[in-house]
Amino acid sequence: MGKADNVAADPIISLRGVTKTYGEGATAFQALKGVDLDIQAGDFVAVMGPSGSGKSTTMNILGCLDVPTEGTFLFRGHHVEALDRDQRALLRRRYLGFVFQGFNLLSRTSALENVELPLLYRGEDRKARHDQGMAALDKVGLAEWWDHTPAELSGGQQQRVAIARAIVTEPAVLLADEPTGNLDSERSIEIMELLTDLNKNSGITVLMVTHEPDMAAFAHTVVHFKDGLVERIEANHRQGAPVA
Amino acid sequence: MIGTTFVLAIRSIRRHILRSFLTILGIVIGVAAVVTMVTLGKATTAAVQKQIAALGTNVLQIRPGQGFGRGGGGPRPPDFKPEDVEAIQHQITGVTAVAPQAQSTGTAIYEGSNWSTTINGTTNAYFQVQPWPMQQGRTFTPMEEAAGKAACIIGSTVYSNLYRGGRAVGTRMRIGGISCDVIGVLSTRGQQGFGGDQDDVVIMPIKAVQRRFTGTRDIRLILVGVDDDYSTSTVQASIEDLLRERRNITAGKDDDFNIFDTKQISDALTQSTSLLTGIVAAVAAISLVVGGIGIMNIMLVSVTERTREIGIRLAIGAVAREVLMQFLVESIVLSMLGGVVGLVIAQIAVIVIAPLMQVDYLFDPQINFVAFAISALIGVVFGYFPAQRAAALNPIDALRHE
Repeated sequence: MGKADNVAADPIISLRGVTKTYGEGATAFQALKGVDLDIQAGDFVAVMGPSGSGKSTTMNILGCLDVPTEGTFLFRGHHVEALDRDQRALLRRRYLGFVFQGFNLLSRTSALENVELPLLYRGEDRKARHDQGMAALDKVGLAEWWDHTPAELSGGQQQRVAIARAIVTEPAVLLADEPTGNLDSERSIEIMELLTDLNKNSGITVLMVTHEPDMAAFAHTVVHFKDGLVERIEANHRQGAPVA
Repeated sequence: MIGTTFVLAIRSIRRHILRSFLTILGIVIGVAAVVTMVTLGKATTAAVQKQIAALGTNVLQIRPGQGFGRGGGGPRPPDFKPEDVEAIQHQITGVTAVAPQAQSTGTAIYEGSNWSTTINGTTNAYFQVQPWPMQQGRTFTPMEEAAGKAACIIGSTVYSNLYRGGRAVGTRMRIGGISCDVIGVLSTRGQQGFGGDQDDVVIMPIKAVQRRFTGTRDIRLILVGVDDDYSTSTVQASIEDLLRERRNITAGKDDDFNIFDTKQISDALTQSTSLLTGIVAAVAAISLVVGGIGIMNIMLVSVTERTREIGIRLAIGAVAREVLMQFLVESIVLSMLGGVVGLVIAQIAVIVIAPLMQVDYLFDPQINFVAFAISALIGVVFGYFPAQRAAALNPIDALRHE
């Protein structure tokens, strides 16, 4: 897992001519019309675009939750488009972490148990789960809140638990789907700073969908989608929160 | 992986305590009903067999009349005579003892206490035919039997009501207006299967009862003990031939007396109680199936309700088989839990009900094991469909589910 300043020659993610068509015949709808996209390991990418532009579909494909209709998807040089359901699940388990707009924590389940969940599927034993889970909670600053259920936590805290859950397995790529969509601006900035920190100091490649330019400003690279295609890619040299 | 899914199932059940309880209620009731019914049925069978064994295993009972009761119409068939008893005793091989019986009723009085009871006239052979140990005193002497002396052996019910635990042997009590010497107290035999307290009895020499109470030499009942080395049916057939001859029954006419083999009664009763147990257990088993459908219903609702949870699990890397296993294990754990609770309730029910039915408590490992195994099987069968449905969900749709 290379850091931002020693980017490997081969991109960690590479899409070529990716299309995605929903439905068949007259009712068919082409959400992606041939996307080419390379993402370097260690990058912090913001994906922007109006709704229906294909950014969510692209994220689903990048997150190995969905497969392209046509085209190739290389993840660390391996073809993913041909993998079956279970192989993709194992790939998610091994390399990917997810953060959602709606947090998607298990209700009536403590923060620690939520964070431990991916480790359970990795077959870690009780002690390893507890130690790694607490370490991840500590990273997001919620170690003291380990036994609280989502209902007892604020929105910002819930999202931080969700981030802890996503990073507990030390994934190569963190996919965040509008992670600040349900939060006020102050909490949003806290979350963005956390993601920036994870990107910089843990070397996790971050892919984030957002509507808000203020949030996109934290990323190194901003990918704009329009009408099922990549419209333009911007490099952001002045990374960080915009000056108010 | 089994460990993981087991942990997940336990957590999920704990998180939804009320729902889990309602889910297993059907199984609990089903298992409790089946196990209680079958156990009580077996206890009843055991009790009936025990009571019949107390009558003596190789015992023939001979009564005038046809079958149970006296049959309809016609003149009443005559009772037996003492000569019939002697004839059986001397002419039939394979007979250990022959005890005639003459019955009456009367009130027993001792020092201000009185008790209405059955007076049973017989001989010492009675105690040979059917083992009935004495708790105090002795049986009749030959002289008492031959002279028909007023000597009484009292049953434990009569003893406790008249003497209340005090000394009885050597006292004189009054019975049916005559005075008699109490020479023995019988041990407790308990309730008889067909109703009536076997211990509520006063036994006197048959001649005494015939002379003082019935006023005839008639014998209402003959008990015949059969030697273990002889077949009861052979002995029964020879007694039948003998009595037909003595009672002048011409060929082709029906017997005007009947001979019961207690073993036959035992078999018939055992068979009918087993049949009843089977029917009741079958009804209870239906409730088990209904309980299983209840589990499936709740699990299906649970899959819908937890669609988003399933989506999260799939997104963080659960493979379909793990989701399937989680829901399947959850349903198996739930139904086995229901099975265990049902078994516990069944044991309590049996402990409470058995004394009311006057049967002994009994633990039947077989039915407990079978009921538990069936409850686990129900978990597998009725849990599979909902689990498969959960595993087949698309993670993207599942995550979007509200």
